[in-house]
Amino acid sequence: MAVCAAIIGKDNSSKFFVTLNPDEELHFQYKVLSSLDIIEDKLATGTKGGADTKELYLGMLLSLETYKIYGYVTNTKIKFVIVVDSTNVVLRDNEIRSMFRKIHSEFADIVSNPFYIPGEPIISKNFTTSMKNIMTGTV
Amino acid sequence: MADESLFDFLHNEIVNYILDKDDNKSNEGKEEDLSILEYIGFSTGYRIIERLTKEMPRFKDELDTMKFLCTDFWCALYKKQIDNLRTNHHGIYVLQDNNFRFLMNLSNGKQYLEVAPRYVAFTCGIIRGCLANLNIMCLVTAEVQNMPSCKFHIQVQRT
Repeated sequence: MAVCAAIIGKDNSSKFFVTLNPDEELHFQYKVLSSLDIIEDKLATGTKGGADTKELYLGMLLSLETYKIYGYVTNTKIKFVIVVDSTNVVLRDNEIRSMFRKIHSEFADIVSNPFYIPGEPIISKNFTTSMKNIMTGTV
Repeated sequence: MADESLFDFLHNEIVNYILDKDDNKSNEGKEEDLSILEYIGFSTGYRIIERLTKEMPRFKDELDTMKFLCTDFWCALYKKQIDNLRTNHHGIYVLQDNNFRFLMNLSNGKQYLEVAPRYVAFTCGIIRGCLANLNIMCLVTAEVQNMPSCKFHIQVQRT
């Protein structure tokens, strides 16, 4: 179960942010934004080659005392970030990967929605609900 | 297949609709304004690429992206691959389709050549939109010499 999920646009501005506990939102925003530097780093070294660097999933970005932060960057340079509680040991790499994949298909759906203008923050209620479902693992 | 012709019919109607609207404004003798059609293509391309690249590995470079455009992307849109891709390795790419879907049923030769630009503008927009979302800014123009074959010139703008 993830505690926070975020979608960051091409220009590193936040497009969507959801936390399970609304009181912690600001706290998580700092963590997510600080992990953006690591994403940039990983992408820069990724262009030099290597087989596994071609994957969209970037793996763990940061491991803090209480949280672990995972990243994923689409081909269109949209960044997805998930924050997971460190005490949660059930959640393995594969589960995180499939979570990102689900987020990506939700995101592809929202981009195909004519009422969403690409580059704007996402304010769809439907999208928020499905994101929360993905985070809590109810889908 | 019926579902494939739907796309063709819809596209033809969009072209007609835009030209009709254009007719109402008096612009005798001027060139047809296809910018709206191109823009429809642009926003379509910009959105659809997110879905099409979902299962793809990250693209290495520009050429890799172009190859994707010629194979998987063209297949998803037109059920066939681009027949020929040429590049000068300095930002110019030429994609040649010998049997372009929107021109295929129009004519086989030089007849109706003067209306061909109407039927390639949408596709130019799609290509531009896709590449824009993949962070490649470019100019796309089409060239039709002998229907139903069509060449798309992509000129990448480097800053």
